[in-house]
Amino acid sequence: MGDGPQRREARMAKAAAQKSTSAKRSNGPAATKEDLLRYYREMVLIRRFEERAGQLYGMGLIGGFCHLYIGQEAVAVGVQESVKQGHDKIITGYRDHGHMLCAGMDPKEVMAELTGRIGGSSKGKGGSMHMFDVPTGFYGGHGIVGAQVALGTGLAFAGRYRGDDSVAFVYFGDGAANQGQVYESFNMAQLWKLPAIYIIENNQYAMGTSIERSSSTTQLSERGASFGIPGEQVDGMDVIAVRDAVAKAVKRAREGGGPFILEMKTYRYRGHSMSDPAKYRAKEEVDEMKTTRDPIEHVKKLLAEAKATEDEIKAIDAEIKGIVAEAVQFAQESPEPDPSELYTDVYVEV
Amino acid sequence: MTDILMPALSPTMEEGTLTKWHIKAGDTVSAGDVIAEIETDKATMEVEAVDEGEVLEILVAEGSEGVKVNTPIARLAGEDGAAAPAPEAPKAHAKAEEAPESEGAPADAPVKPKTELKDPEIPADAKLVKTTIRDALRDAMAEEMRRDESVFLIGEEVAQYQGAYKVSRELLQEFGDKRVVDTPITEHGFAGLGVGAAMAGLKPIVEFMTFNFAMQAIDHIINSAAKTLYMSGGQIRAPIVFRGPNGAASRVGAQHSQDYSAWYAQVPGLKVIAPYDAADAKGLLKAAIRDPNPVVFLEHEMMYGIEFDVPEVDDYVLPIGKAKVRREGTDVTITAHSRMVGFALQAAEKLAEEGIDCEVIDLRTLRPLDHETIVESVKKTNRLVSAEEGWGPMGVGAEVVARVIEHAFDYLDAPPLRVHQEDVPLPYAANLEALSLPGVDKIIKAVKAVTA
Repeated sequence: MGDGPQRREARMAKAAAQKSTSAKRSNGPAATKEDLLRYYREMVLIRRFEERAGQLYGMGLIGGFCHLYIGQEAVAVGVQESVKQGHDKIITGYRDHGHMLCAGMDPKEVMAELTGRIGGSSKGKGGSMHMFDVPTGFYGGHGIVGAQVALGTGLAFAGRYRGDDSVAFVYFGDGAANQGQVYESFNMAQLWKLPAIYIIENNQYAMGTSIERSSSTTQLSERGASFGIPGEQVDGMDVIAVRDAVAKAVKRAREGGGPFILEMKTYRYRGHSMSDPAKYRAKEEVDEMKTTRDPIEHVKKLLAEAKATEDEIKAIDAEIKGIVAEAVQFAQESPEPDPSELYTDVYVEV
Repeated sequence: MTDILMPALSPTMEEGTLTKWHIKAGDTVSAGDVIAEIETDKATMEVEAVDEGEVLEILVAEGSEGVKVNTPIARLAGEDGAAAPAPEAPKAHAKAEEAPESEGAPADAPVKPKTELKDPEIPADAKLVKTTIRDALRDAMAEEMRRDESVFLIGEEVAQYQGAYKVSRELLQEFGDKRVVDTPITEHGFAGLGVGAAMAGLKPIVEFMTFNFAMQAIDHIINSAAKTLYMSGGQIRAPIVFRGPNGAASRVGAQHSQDYSAWYAQVPGLKVIAPYDAADAKGLLKAAIRDPNPVVFLEHEMMYGIEFDVPEVDDYVLPIGKAKVRREGTDVTITAHSRMVGFALQAAEKLAEEGIDCEVIDLRTLRPLDHETIVESVKKTNRLVSAEEGWGPMGVGAEVVARVIEHAFDYLDAPPLRVHQEDVPLPYAANLEALSLPGVDKIIKAVKAVTA
């Protein structure tokens, strides 16, 4: 099916309408200046990191696939506010760098994994889509679309089995939302009241296929209805809205209330991966999102209202610039894995 | 000063056309600004600035074709950009030719035993108890569940129904519904859930009502369970057992009658076990549950009710990766696993009456495959027949034969032969089904051919 200009216009109008009505904006407790500075810092870290990753890709230092998180920063940052590090578990798909940085993984190790070096979090054997970090509770990084939903439901199952109050944060996209195993997982999660928070990052495009062209119903927050799982649509460009919606769902899950679906309405600025010709969406649509809905600009506005100074913001910018520069340097200087690594980590030695 | 380099915009791009500049000398750019358009073989794409600063100079003019990746195309003023240095070649150890020498069977290298694997000594006064394979498997699970709180059983009909083939009989009564978990009919889902639970440190036993249904779940067995340790650089384990009946039952048609031995045995990261008798079923399942790696444990529906002697000893655990010589002989080596071992032994008895002395090797573990035991046997018998229930092409027999040729070519006195199912989906009609499946007669025929 073609996606002609009329269709595109209709979709943009619809998206604009949704923006103003259905997606839930923040109405929770206001953030302090310190909170806002923290959100700003985390989001800028992701953006600057991803820009550099894109540049290193362009220089041939990163190979294969590289899916950038630029535009969606408010989601991972807002979610992380509810994560008890080392207790809760996080799992996601292939667009995963933002989640890792938020979870607390070392940017140096993430960047070095992208360049395929021994200093990478998987010793260079995983790449962009396959990074893990048990201490921060980050369980990947999965390249098969939708697989993380069943796996994440298993992480939640393990929490309930042990009788602790941990929850599993299970991220997936609007594309994965059409995979069968998502619904197999929903069914079991609600049947057994598992503490799974399903976070659908609806960036409106599954690779190059818009949600209207792939989904018979586009209200993804309602996808748990036939299992009795409640859901909520959230403005995923507003970090405070994300934070508050997640906190509510997490509280409920920790108290044994079972799974919850949070549909984050968000947007990716860059292509699906690196060789995306961008023919499936209008340039104006991307520009409009960048100029009117940018999640970092939104926090900057809130910071101004909270009387944060230019200097405070500049200090963060400089700090992040340094962190990312250090990561880039590390990722270039760390050597490739030794050939002897070829045959390690295939099995746990008994 | 910072140079902006011609970027590669796809995994394969080596050069491109700089179709348009959006900036000129004197402009100030910041990160995220679109600065140029570049045309590759696939598409025209926008390039965004990563560094900030004043544009000092455009180095490559608009319209230039064939601009090589990493050529400086513009120059910015300001502090040195962090990522600006020209890409250093990675400090490479890794020339391809330096890769570790693969010896014969590289697939087995990582799990090659450091010490010789041996079955445990059974005390002379140990009682032998007639036990069905069904009960031996149940006993193995019960013992391991008593030993380790993190072991649990999950699958369709494993709890209240007591197992579709009664393998989990009475486990619900002993361990309760937290540890014996009935699932919906949702193979892909509960296999993935099991792998996730294993990643989080539990030790799930995932029962498939048959391995035919596990094809719906094979993505999680291979992509999620088998590969994650490697992809995580050794951080994430998946200690999980996938078990259930494999292969042909009786008159159930093609979709319910497939042998997956070769499928799983091809995958690095998995261990694959296919026992023949009850003692091995018990000892190897206990080993599988304790193993920190994902294990595919292939049972046989036609064998569940058959009784064998099982030694009554505390904690009977067998080594994974060790074949067993079931019958010693001098004229020909027959390799088999699972139900085919019984057919091979029967064939050997009949052939003995004709003066042909067969050695029968029960492979027991398909991955890692114990080719040393097979090779030693062939060095003695100089002849080889492999028997399996699955299809022949690319099968277990193909691998056995390849290993023998690699390690004992000069010892062979005849081309090895493979016995296997006919190369068709399994038919329903009784006569056609019998014609398709391998059995005693086909093994005898093959042995006679290699000893002729």
